[in-house]
Amino acid sequence: MNTTPNGFDLDNSGRRIVVDPVTRIEGHMRCEVNVDDDGIIRNAVSTGTMWRGLEVILKGRDPRDAWAFTERICGVCTGTHALTSVRAVEDALGITIPDNANSIRNMMQLNLQIHDHIVHFYHLHALDWVNPVNALKADPKATSELQQAVSPSHPMSSPGYFRDVQNRLKKFVESGQLGLFKNGYWDNPAYLLPPEADLMATTHYLEALDLQKEIVKVHTIFGGKNPHPNWLVGGVPCPINVDGVGSVGAINMERLNMVSSIIDKCIEFNKNVYLPDVKAIGGFYKNWLYGGGLSSQACLAYGDIPEHPNDFSAEQLHLPRGAIINGDLSQVHDVDPRDPEQVQEYVDHSWYTYGKPGQGLHPWDGVTEPKYELGPNTKGTKTDIKELDEAAKYSWIKAPRWKGHAMEVGPLARYVVGYAKGHEDIKDQVDGLLRDMNLPLEAVFSTLGRTAARALESEYCGRLQKHFFDKLVQNIKNGDSSTANVEKWDPSTWPKEAKGVGMTEAPRGALGHWIKIKDGRIENYQCVVPTTWNGSPRDTAGNIGAFEASLMNTKMERPDEPVEILRTLHSFDPCLACSTHVMSPDGDELTTVKVR
Amino acid sequence: MQLHSGENRPSEEGQHLSQIETFYDVMRRQGITRRSFMKYCSLTAAALGLSPSFVPKIAHAMETKPRTPVIWVHGLECTCCSESFIRSAHPLAKDVVLSMISLDYDDTLMAAAGHQAEAALQDTIEKYKGNYILAVEGNPPLNEDGMYCIVGGKPFVDQLKHAAEHAKAVISWGACASYGCVQAAKPNPTRATPVHKVITDKPIIKVPGCPPIAEVMTGVITYMLTFDRLPELDRQGRPAMFYSQRIHDKCYRRPHFDAGQFVETWDDENARKGYCLYKMGCKGPTTYNACSTVRWNEGVSFPIQSGHGCIGCSEDGFWDQGSFYDRVTDLTQFGVEANADKVGMAAAGVVGAGVAAHAAISALKAAQRKTQSDKEEA
Repeated sequence: MNTTPNGFDLDNSGRRIVVDPVTRIEGHMRCEVNVDDDGIIRNAVSTGTMWRGLEVILKGRDPRDAWAFTERICGVCTGTHALTSVRAVEDALGITIPDNANSIRNMMQLNLQIHDHIVHFYHLHALDWVNPVNALKADPKATSELQQAVSPSHPMSSPGYFRDVQNRLKKFVESGQLGLFKNGYWDNPAYLLPPEADLMATTHYLEALDLQKEIVKVHTIFGGKNPHPNWLVGGVPCPINVDGVGSVGAINMERLNMVSSIIDKCIEFNKNVYLPDVKAIGGFYKNWLYGGGLSSQACLAYGDIPEHPNDFSAEQLHLPRGAIINGDLSQVHDVDPRDPEQVQEYVDHSWYTYGKPGQGLHPWDGVTEPKYELGPNTKGTKTDIKELDEAAKYSWIKAPRWKGHAMEVGPLARYVVGYAKGHEDIKDQVDGLLRDMNLPLEAVFSTLGRTAARALESEYCGRLQKHFFDKLVQNIKNGDSSTANVEKWDPSTWPKEAKGVGMTEAPRGALGHWIKIKDGRIENYQCVVPTTWNGSPRDTAGNIGAFEASLMNTKMERPDEPVEILRTLHSFDPCLACSTHVMSPDGDELTTVKVR
Repeated sequence: MQLHSGENRPSEEGQHLSQIETFYDVMRRQGITRRSFMKYCSLTAAALGLSPSFVPKIAHAMETKPRTPVIWVHGLECTCCSESFIRSAHPLAKDVVLSMISLDYDDTLMAAAGHQAEAALQDTIEKYKGNYILAVEGNPPLNEDGMYCIVGGKPFVDQLKHAAEHAKAVISWGACASYGCVQAAKPNPTRATPVHKVITDKPIIKVPGCPPIAEVMTGVITYMLTFDRLPELDRQGRPAMFYSQRIHDKCYRRPHFDAGQFVETWDDENARKGYCLYKMGCKGPTTYNACSTVRWNEGVSFPIQSGHGCIGCSEDGFWDQGSFYDRVTDLTQFGVEANADKVGMAAAGVVGAGVAAHAAISALKAAQRKTQSDKEEA
């Protein structure tokens, strides 16, 4: 047994359980744990199992194109990398954007948060709590009563409606072709919902699937498509023309009306379905308070959603910025992404090398040379890994640290930072939820707390989306139709050398892009991504990352069935394509990527 | 009922697809009315660019065809294809997964993980040998012995080859599987390799785009289920019905191009009037896709309509063709009748061979025009 600097007792003497692939996530991930004789997790090892090398690819390209490349880091949190990228380029070149562009970008980013949170909860996470097979035993009338009790305003709540869904589900299961439900853990005692709650939640799985394709139309209107809408350095590409010649092809009244109606749909679904479901389901799992991990001791948020264009000062951001360390919620530290001492990445347990061990590098000075090698205690071979050796290198994810601390990022981290800072909206939401569920504040530091924070945030983002819609309309009404600043569009107007940072809060947490521009081309590009923080392997000092920490001391009902592991990992909404695209060259000889 | 870990076998060992209940049976048993079913068939016909006279044929096919198992694997990718797929409006994604196909393995959406997920894959391969569709999102990296993408402790390329061996056909979703996409952009550090360069003995349907349009994705699957054959493919392996014409050919801003009316800078007066984006680097003139006809997200818009030029995301190697804002300089004035094969062949100097394809395309276009006018009247 050994104790990590961040306070976790690791013991890898018990039975080793391997989960690979971890499913219902974005990208590829593996998880190994050791359980003791009581089925309690005593050691956790999280591994990113893919690498794409996007930042290597960005070198030498036109900075104005970078948003499109980085957007393809992830198609689930689509757009958030693009926004981060245009912010980084604008920061480097001193480009300001018009007020309307700020409102439209915020709406797109908030729209993504809502879409992503809803799809995550219903389509990636719900099956960890909800048993669709058990829903077959439900009484549709009792389900209807449950629905009306937990959400009196939701119109789709009749017994007949639930009976129809149940019939469809029944026929699906009885066909024997279980599709996505095949080999699920449906008789595992970890599932605690009564059949009526299972039927209600499964019904909402289908409702949410229908709704999510509507939500994204805000991206389609402003960005032309979703996934992967289009962005622009200097503003947004969609012009506004509400009453002149050609307004049919621009953002006009019809387009604005469509956006407005979608915003209302988001608000309604959050209020009538998503939040009530989280409360109802959470109520049955109130005693399952595992999974807190780092959330009570180390949280990081960059903040996002600036009220005014070009002003990223912390007090002007609707989503909070700050860092909490050592479990001290009375002190929220300032975060400066430019400070070389704050954000640093380590690779001692990652499949990269810096040439010499033990170094942490700030993103502007980041280096990436892949180095795939397995430790001496690995079981299996290089291309058929049975068990990893976590004392050596074991992941394609780097280990970013804030002033040396492993940090949790994401909705819960944002809410912990916001709560600690006294952010009024966040405080009201959190206190209200805890009051409704009769839970103490400590309950938020858990897997369910993470899941609940995401739902609260979706609700908050719905309100913010409306705020920025109103702001956009008011500004147009005041006579400002501008959406792009083209003063520095031409590379001949740029300085010979420049560097900048872009920050956002992606659905999964703090996201930063660091860029260096030289002679009109990208000299260096580095992304430090939410799942890089959360999914990081051990660092040089031996601190474990947020995924690993959150799995510790969880009891597994049946160690061969990873329900509890999935539950907690999914509560972070892992995005592995994001976390492992990594790296980047800085022009020195260490940066060569080996191509064999 | 015991449903755990494959103990409840979907069917007897060795059962053939024809013995599985039909698509229509399942839809009816799941409480979908005959009327809704017929409406679905009409929408399918429309999505495929077919005239209403095809509706009864589609209905008949649906009534007699079984639910086909689909294995959906993921290599190096960003999951935008899966995200696009669930945006489908006709058919709805929920109807696809509940009633049209049996999505027996898809690591993005499936309930099971780890050993149970791998068992689901193996079970499906063995039970439906030669009868399942393999859908591939992303591509295998070949450097580092394939270990830039690991599934179940082994290189993804192994899983891909294993799943392909007994597949009836392979669908290469999106630019990654079709061409390599962003991770294969220069210098392609992982040697990310498109599917057809690794799987060489199976019919492969490329459905490029980053991502492809949702209704194009479900349209391709529906076509295969409905007509029990692969769609007609062009020389690059793309379904001719969706990829035979350039964005430019059907762009609603084309008249501005022809009239020489262009956006000169972002957000200028011409941009607000919806003029042509050619000078802003639009790749519509060299990109074959259905964006300007089917459009995106239930027809709400497409890139050009929302003010940004096409970046050419359904073309091979589109990441390495210069900036997205560089003007297309090799634009040759083909007529609207030109299709992907004809342009390619003209370039290769083999004019004439494309006549049959051209005739088919023209017929299809007639059907599309008919469908469009039907839609407008509706």
